[in-house]
Amino acid sequence: MIEELLSSENPYQQHRLAKQSMLLEQLNELTSFHYQHCIPYQRIIDKTATPQQAARLEDIPYLPVQLFKMLDLFSMPASEHFKTLNSSGTTGQQVSRIHIDRTTSVLQTKALNTIVRSFLGKSRLPMIIVDNNFLKNRLQFSARSAGTIGFSQFGHHHLYLLDDEMKVQEQELEAFLERYSGQPIFLFGFTFIIWEYLLQYYRARNRKLDLSGSKLIHGGGWKKLQEQSVSDAEFRRLLKEQFGLTEVYNYYGMVEQVGSIYMQCEQGHLHTPDFADVLVRDPDTLDVVPYGQKGLIQVLSILPRSYPGHSLLTEDMGTIVGEDDCRCGRKGKYFTIEGRLPKAELRGCSDTFTLQT
Amino acid sequence: MNNEQKLKAAFIEALGLNESTNVEALTYNSIPEWDSIAHMALVAQLDDQFDIMLDTDDIIDISSFEKAKEVLSKYEVEFV
Repeated sequence: MIEELLSSENPYQQHRLAKQSMLLEQLNELTSFHYQHCIPYQRIIDKTATPQQAARLEDIPYLPVQLFKMLDLFSMPASEHFKTLNSSGTTGQQVSRIHIDRTTSVLQTKALNTIVRSFLGKSRLPMIIVDNNFLKNRLQFSARSAGTIGFSQFGHHHLYLLDDEMKVQEQELEAFLERYSGQPIFLFGFTFIIWEYLLQYYRARNRKLDLSGSKLIHGGGWKKLQEQSVSDAEFRRLLKEQFGLTEVYNYYGMVEQVGSIYMQCEQGHLHTPDFADVLVRDPDTLDVVPYGQKGLIQVLSILPRSYPGHSLLTEDMGTIVGEDDCRCGRKGKYFTIEGRLPKAELRGCSDTFTLQT
Repeated sequence: MNNEQKLKAAFIEALGLNESTNVEALTYNSIPEWDSIAHMALVAQLDDQFDIMLDTDDIIDISSFEKAKEVLSKYEVEFV
């Protein structure tokens, strides 16, 4: 089943009922699997008296995503350990540690593949990475570089656009655009870096760049842009104005569920692929709220095998806009993200557990 | 240089290995030199050396020297 889903040309085709029953079965299986193979997870489930076999998606037990910053949770013998993913985080901040085995790693790569290819097409494109070349200094390897590497496989002859001072390397860019003129280019970068070091660079110099026909994928969060009151619509408008870019896709994803990314469509909505889903909960009661109502995002994914991360309550606030009927034609739920739960309201994980009945 | 030797040279160059490395026995992530970053370098090297453009699906499939030969055969690179 999962193999089929992850090799599909269109990862957005399951209708509501079929998707729900498929996800329910797969996620229930994962709950049992992790219950048997991860003792701390077992303890948590036992303590909360949550049924291991849920009747509805919203009854599937979930862990607060912050828990991965406090505990090393994994469901595999040490010999199967393949790699550990760390979340980004500034100095002093706790980072998540996600333990991956080969199986999960392959599933993650395939999932990312099927999603991104449905946007970019089958062939790899000449690629511009709006960042500096972190390959030169491997010690600085961060979550940012890990994300970039994941996406790099969709491109070829990668150009790292920024120098070590985060300045646009104009000569290199010119040569690159010349070499691939007439071809669509794949641009990738983190939202804030694109804003600060690409858009602002050209805006400050009052210069335009012709990137029409190219595709831009960006992610990593809006926090810094929100501080400057830049909306997604404004960001897109400026990219069009300055660079002629019309195919701009934001994505929402996290290190705790690599591979299950939520890509933004032409209508500006984030979409759940067939193998993942989102629920929105009231931040106070943790009850699931109706579509259209803002709340905490819970992410469900059938990919995590080596760690109990198939059902996670995030700290992100968002709203489900609808299901199966987005004007872009993709099936599944579509939603928007509207920032993070303010730090002051953060509840400890013990609260989250007791509130879950 | 035949294709087998070319492939071996591509591995040694992209992964920064010692000439005497037993390339045939390597698998992805089994040595520190062959991590996800080096894998990209390897793909670029294969694209260039064999004048092909590997498909993203095939990029994941290249998990060993043997697998690389199998994948390259799909691009009409022959190994005798």
